[in-house]
Amino acid sequence: MKTFKLGGVHPAENKLSESQPIEILQLPKKVFIPLAQNLGAPSVAVVKRGDEVKVGQLIAKAEAFICSNVHSSVSGKVTKIDNFITQTGYKTSTIHIDVAGDIWDESIDTSPEIKHEIKLSKDEIVQKIKEMGIVGMGGAAFPTHVKLMPPPGKKAEFLIINGVECEPYLTSDHRIMLEKSEELLIGVSVLMKGLDVKKALIGIENNKTDAIRILSELAVQYDGISVYPLKIKYPQGGEKQLIKALVNREVPSGKLPIEVGCVVNNVGTAFAVYEAVQKNKPLIERVVSVTGKTLAKPSNLLVRVGTQISELIDKAGGIPQGTGKVVGGGPMMGKALVSIEAPIVKGSSGILVFDEKEEKRLEPQNCIRCARCITACPMGLEPVLLAQYSENEMFDLAEENSIMDCMECGSCHYTCPANRPLLDYIRVGKNKVGQIIRNRGKA
Amino acid sequence: MNLLTISGSPHVHGDSSVKKIMYGVVIAMIPALIVSIYFFGIGAVKVILISVIACLFFEWAIQKFLIKGKSTIGDGSALITGVLLAFNVPSNLPIGIIIIGAFVSIAIAKMSFGGLGKNPFNPALVGRVFLLVSFPVLMTSWPIPKPLFSSFVTDAITGPTPLGIVKEGLKSGETVSHLMAQLPTYTEGIIGGIGGSLGEVSVIALLIGAIYMLIKKIITWEIPTAFLGSVIIFTGVLYLINPEMYISPIFHLVTGGLALGVFFMATDMVTSPMSSKGMLIFGLGAGVITVIIRVWGAYPEGVSFAILIMNAFVPLINKGFKPKRFGTVN
Repeated sequence: MKTFKLGGVHPAENKLSESQPIEILQLPKKVFIPLAQNLGAPSVAVVKRGDEVKVGQLIAKAEAFICSNVHSSVSGKVTKIDNFITQTGYKTSTIHIDVAGDIWDESIDTSPEIKHEIKLSKDEIVQKIKEMGIVGMGGAAFPTHVKLMPPPGKKAEFLIINGVECEPYLTSDHRIMLEKSEELLIGVSVLMKGLDVKKALIGIENNKTDAIRILSELAVQYDGISVYPLKIKYPQGGEKQLIKALVNREVPSGKLPIEVGCVVNNVGTAFAVYEAVQKNKPLIERVVSVTGKTLAKPSNLLVRVGTQISELIDKAGGIPQGTGKVVGGGPMMGKALVSIEAPIVKGSSGILVFDEKEEKRLEPQNCIRCARCITACPMGLEPVLLAQYSENEMFDLAEENSIMDCMECGSCHYTCPANRPLLDYIRVGKNKVGQIIRNRGKA
Repeated sequence: MNLLTISGSPHVHGDSSVKKIMYGVVIAMIPALIVSIYFFGIGAVKVILISVIACLFFEWAIQKFLIKGKSTIGDGSALITGVLLAFNVPSNLPIGIIIIGAFVSIAIAKMSFGGLGKNPFNPALVGRVFLLVSFPVLMTSWPIPKPLFSSFVTDAITGPTPLGIVKEGLKSGETVSHLMAQLPTYTEGIIGGIGGSLGEVSVIALLIGAIYMLIKKIITWEIPTAFLGSVIIFTGVLYLINPEMYISPIFHLVTGGLALGVFFMATDMVTSPMSSKGMLIFGLGAGVITVIIRVWGAYPEGVSFAILIMNAFVPLINKGFKPKRFGTVN
């Protein structure tokens, strides 16, 4: 079975919600739709206070290249555009909408029928994906249309579909693969046409044998799509690791996957692409896993963008007594949330609830130079050294030792027997080195 | 609802801990401990107990009165140093000398650098070498091992180690084949029963511990392989050149503290390199130095010196041999 070679760890999988079918969350009374939902520049609002909006109506426009459109996820009235707490922990500009009814924009095909035939041309597909505000649904929220427009001189050879879901707890991609298999494969075909590639490889970790079976059976009917089971290893869902595992190519340090002829998209993204291109539906809702050992009902919910996290937790049985931490995303790379009032955004793959005992960090001890962090690092870095350089503000040495190659997967911190907060220090160092590099560009 | 905790990812931690690693090493030393008591009797028990208690005491006292920090004796590392120091001395060593050794190991070689993880040299080896150069007679008169049930009074009879016999014999012009008659058989070396320090007595007991540590991923294959490999190749070449002047590689493998040093002291994570390549270089260097000292040096045994010398090179090795970065050629 394929996997990547360098580093990696195997955290307890804890896929508590893997057998829970996707449930539709009831419409909230209010939604809060942040303007900055994607990696890159924030969008610019095109509605104002008092405007009536329909489901799917454009409410914020992408003005920059790496940016994406935002659409209303509900029908109702815009009450204000104001700062609101988001999952980033900061208050950012957000469109507040009071929900009234559920009136969809007429252009959206809401019929349950699956549309197989791809009518749009390559350029129309890219345009449509851009128009519908599709971003990477795995968490990073990189605008998908940008990935489909390789820089001049670069040509994609493989489309890689990430069905790895290597983060413990999360099961939203797993459920999409099981319940939306056909739509997903059509979405992959659409992406292949948009990218003009002949081959797509879907990588799925071997803890999802049902998804591997169903997709392998169905994929036979689609040209050029093949499914590969992968050995379970974190962080296989990192795009560089996935490319290494599937086609055995190494993306050079500091470069993008296109450098080795690959473009990686998440299964959730492929499904969103299907809906956008075949059904003319913007990205206004997504599947979110709401999970945690103390939750009464860990679930997979289909949620409108802008719904407050507290509503999802209520659906999963309410916030348990003694909750110490709520994480947006998975336990390895997710962000601890300041408030559960923050809204779901396009990139929210999961909400994870930890009780006080689980969230306690253990006390750091002296480093015993066991080098387990080095063995675990999937990028071949020396986390212990980078953390020391960052701690002691030796940023030139940190840069020299490739600190910017760190993708913050957390394997080092996870594996450290002395409980040292390695990634905390490295993050600080990356930030600082990033600044230094940018300033150097200006000088 | 309470306030939520904010911290950077990851939000989960693996089940490894310093304690687990250290007590894993302690478990791995048990077979050799039992064998040493079997062969050296009450003398071994005495040496081990004194050494362990003294090491724990010095760590506790320094932590409490000088560093004024939280007690660290529970982490298991002082216990390891205690047992390893005992493994590195003869069973008839006087109590006072053992305590001096423990003091040098813990106070000088470990705590003065800041405690666990900060020491550049293996504490137990520093203690042993200190004793060896300070009390050479006491440290090199070995009780002849006798199984526990045959006699309790082993302390009375002393003799040289096999390596000592070879060194002295070759110096005085004898040939290997002539010396072989005075030496224990290889089987004795492997199973147990040759003269030496406590922990050197049985290769097989050490090997069992080493396999346990490899399975538990406390040690990795690189250092033992490079260390043993270089000893075998180096002594093998010498043996092929002149088997009457240089004794066979197998003899080198089963005698002295080689197995003890290779598996329990060269692999000490604190004082060995971090990258796979670095560990190979470290093992190779230690092997070569061991053979040089054993064959041409003043001492019959060179493992301790070899490891300590390589310990000194660790920062340089770490600097020179980085892991292969993802997405780069080299």
